[in-house]
Parts: sequence; C-alpha cells; structure tokens
Amino acid sequence: MTKAAPRQAAHWQVFKTHFVEPLGRWIYIIPLLIVNAVVIIIPSVSGILYAFTDWNGTTEANFIGLDNFGRLFQDAVFFRAFINNVTYTGIFLIVPIAVGLLGAYLLAGIRHGQVVYRLLYFIPYMFASVINTQIWRYLLHPKHGVGAFLADHGITFLDFAVFGRRSTALYGIVFVDGWHTWGFLVVLYLAAMTQVDKELYEVARLDGATRLQQFRHVTLPSIRPTLIFSMLIIFIGTTLVFDHVYILTGGGPAHASEVMSTYLYTQAFENFDVGYAASIGVILALWVSVPLSIFYVLRRRGWQI
Amino acid sequence: MLKSGREHSTIPNHVILMTLAFIAFMPIAILFMNAFKTTAEIGRNPLGMPSEWHYENFTEAWEVGRYGTILRNSVVITGGTIVGTLILAGSGAYALARLKLRGGDLLTFYFLVGTSVPAQLFIVPLFIMWRNFGLINTQLGLIIIYCGLSSPFATYLLRSYMVSLPEEFMEAARVDGATNWHIFRHIIMPLSWPGFVTAALVVGLSSWNEFLFAVTFLTDPSLKPISTGLFAFQSRYSRDWGLTNAGAVIMILPIIILFLILQRRFVEGLTQGGLKA
Repeated sequence: MTKAAPRQAAHWQVFKTHFVEPLGRWIYIIPLLIVNAVVIIIPSVSGILYAFTDWNGTTEANFIGLDNFGRLFQDAVFFRAFINNVTYTGIFLIVPIAVGLLGAYLLAGIRHGQVVYRLLYFIPYMFASVINTQIWRYLLHPKHGVGAFLADHGITFLDFAVFGRRSTALYGIVFVDGWHTWGFLVVLYLAAMTQVDKELYEVARLDGATRLQQFRHVTLPSIRPTLIFSMLIIFIGTTLVFDHVYILTGGGPAHASEVMSTYLYTQAFENFDVGYAASIGVILALWVSVPLSIFYVLRRRGWQI
Repeated sequence: MLKSGREHSTIPNHVILMTLAFIAFMPIAILFMNAFKTTAEIGRNPLGMPSEWHYENFTEAWEVGRYGTILRNSVVITGGTIVGTLILAGSGAYALARLKLRGGDLLTFYFLVGTSVPAQLFIVPLFIMWRNFGLINTQLGLIIIYCGLSSPFATYLLRSYMVSLPEEFMEAARVDGATNWHIFRHIIMPLSWPGFVTAALVVGLSSWNEFLFAVTFLTDPSLKPISTGLFAFQSRYSRDWGLTNAGAVIMILPIIILFLILQRRFVEGLTQGGLKA
C-alpha cells in the first residue's frame, strides 16, 4: 500500500503531463480541425481517389487507373476549356494589373480626394457575381446598352449580343470579371506604394528622372512583393473561375466560353460522370499548385519576391 | 522653392482618375436608376435618369421574387456562418498563438495554404457526403460548408492578431493561476475584438455573395439565399430589367451601406493577404 501510492501518483503525473494538459490546450483547436477535415480534407482525398474510378455517383465504382486522364487528353472540349482558362488568366495578368498600377500610381501622386477615389474604385469589388452580371448583361445588351447608344451616334462596333457570339463570349466575360477586380488591385498597390521611401523619389527627381522613369525604377521594384502576390492570386482566381461564366453563358455558345470549372460542373451534376469530373478537379488542383509551390519554395529560400 | 517648382501638376492625374471613377461608378448608377423605371421607359431611355421615379419594381420584386423569404434565408446563412466561423477560428487561433501545441507551426502553415485548396477538387465528394448525411437542401448544411471554407483565412487573420498582443497581461494572469479558458475569455478576446470585427466582415461578405456552393447544395426555392435567388429571378424575368435591377439593388444596398460605415475595416480585411506578402 505504502509502496503503491507513490507509483500511482507517478502514473497520474505521467498521464497528466502527456494527456490531460495537452488536451486542455488542444481542445481549443479540435472543433476547427474537425470542420476542416470534414469539409475540405476528407472530400479532397476522396476526390483524388474518385479520379481513378468510373464512378457515376450511385452504383458500384470500378478502379480504372489513368483512363480518365487519358480521356481528358483526347477530349476536344476539355482542351478548349483549358485554352480558354489560359486566355482568361493571360488577359487578367495584363489588363486589370496595368489599370490597377496606373490608378494606384496616380492616386499616390495626389493630395486631395484620394479617399473618395479609393472608395469608388473599391465598391464593384464588394459585389457578388450575380450583381456584376446583372449590370453588364444590360450594358452590353444590343438594344439597351452602350453598344446601342454608340450605334445611335454612328459608332457601330458594339451593337451585337456580346455573350451570344462564339468569337466574343469569352472576352465579354473576362471584361465583366475585370471590371469587378481592378479597383481591388488599385487599393492593394496603393497600400504598397505609400510604404515606399519618399527619399528614393527625391533622389530620382534630382537626377532628372521623368515620372515614367520614376515609376519604372523606383515604384515597381519597391512594390514587387505585392505585385507578385497579386499575380499569384489572379492566376489562382482565374484558373478556378466559375460564377461569371456559368451565369453569363453557361460555357456557350457551343463551348466557346467553356472553362475547366464549368466543364467539371456539367460532367458531375448533369452527366453524373463523377470519376471524370474528379479527374478534372485533380488537373485543376495541380495546375494551381504549380505557381503556388514555386512561390513558397522561393520564399523559403529567402528570395524577396 | 526649387522643389515645389519641380513638382508635377496633379491635373492630369485627376483627369485619368476621374475617368476611372466614371468606369467604376456609372454602371452602378445605371443599375440604380433603371430599378426606378417602367419597362416602357427603359425602352425609350435606357441609360439616362428616370423621368419619373417609380417604386413598383421594388414592391413587385418583393412579391413575385419572394424577397422577404430569400433575404431572411441570407441573413440566417450569413449570420450562422459568421458566428460559427468566429467561434471555430477564434478558439483555434488562440491555441495556435498562445498555447504551445506540438506541430502548431505545421497547422498554421495549413491554415495559410488551406484556403488555396480549390473547391473544384472537393465539391463533388462533399456533395455525395452531404447527400448521405441528409444535409442537402438544409441551411445548416450550407452553414457548415461556409464555416469550413472561411475558417482557415479567419484563423490565420486572428492568429496574427493574437500573436502581436503584449505578453505581460497573460504572464501576470498565469502567475495568478488563471486557466486557459479564463485567459481566452477575459484577456485575449477583449483585446482582439478589432480582429474579430474584420474577420466577421470578410466572412460575412463572402457568404452573402457566395454562389457555387449555394447553387449546388440548396435547390429548394424556399431555402435559397439572395445570390442564387436573384439568379433564378434573372433567368425567369430576363427581359424585365426594372424588376431584376430592383432585385439586385435590394441585394447590394446593405453591402454598400455597411461599406460606407466600416470602409477602413473592409479594405483592411480584404487586402490582408496581399499586405502580408
């Protein structure tokens, strides 16, 4: 009895330090981990597994190896969707970023009214996709919109159904999405530009640098981390784009504005080809992870990007 | 003198900035103006000010679009998501920031990159899982999904807030024998409320606007939130611009008002990711 008591106490001590005390800390994060596991991690792992099956969502699934991926590489619609995504991303990396940089640089150079401009530019970014599409479906309507207005004044290049033509549907969608995004970039870049050391501009000015040269040699290098980061989030956002395409054209006409996400959606929820849809999801995840991993590896190595 | 003489004029700046403001603002103004026009007037005067302000579109949208119901649904879903996310992320962030967890750094890293797992990878299996759980066409089901989607970001945001709080308060409390819960409830939470407000705004805005999961997981018209409710409305009354514009105005008015009041916090929260870089 007298011998066992301290041993039990020791056991209790071990139990307490290795179980009770950690539990008292972990209990704060366990609910968060469970919800994340249920909503994101478990379904993501299932998604990867489904990609190697021919499952239709209800009956038995068969393991079919890489067949879904083989099918994808021969699927002309998927190829079209991939090219459309690349086009989407390419335009987005140029136009909204250029407008964002222009707006931010000009805003950084004024003293009065900065707050009001920033406010106006940022409002469209707060809008849901259904709002942006409501606004621009009207403004790009051949009968009521800007095109009709211009046509009344003799300028007839925009008085047609932008979203109804195979040659213009995708660009119309990119435009609407870009209108929604550029103001956010202005605000993002402006915040970075106001951090730039004023003396650098002073020195450049004394050296006789023009405004363009100052922008090129002082502003751009100074905000590079923010710029690179914005390109990364644009790459991800445009690769995964769904809402604007689904609402404006549904990927049509005749797949002209199809993107990978809308194609995945059709395969999963209209054709019930769950395995095939899952393989598109895997390709999307891989494609997004390329710049993401480069970014993190370079950051880890201490690159100032 | 020399310096001011070399300063550039800001007039060209204002010309371009006003053009940009026009591009951002005019489409919104036209959306609002057309919400107050009759269909006949939209035909005659598609882009200008309404000659007479009509409110019928709003009352009609309220009745035929069942806006009372979908607004209530949106408030329930958004409110539930904000509360759920702040509880999950707030306590999780506290554990990551202040309680020494083994593997805590790894978890923090997960919450940083966890937001970049594309929904396209998991939406289909999640749908099947939710079907088996009987959570399709329930608002609770969508709220749980939104909590899962927004909690990594909120956790990261709140963690960085809590890490920056001064150590002394907590040390003093610990010396006095305070428990983890006491420290969380009476020291961390009151001190990090600005972080909670910012997180609530970002999470609230994204669930108010969310479309993909809402259109997939809630198909029953009486359960739909405003984003997919408006989408259904647009498809049904696509030619009635006054009516659908009124529906859109009802959806964005609360956002614009809230934004005008809490502008700084919205901008801070939504650009957080960018500024950290």
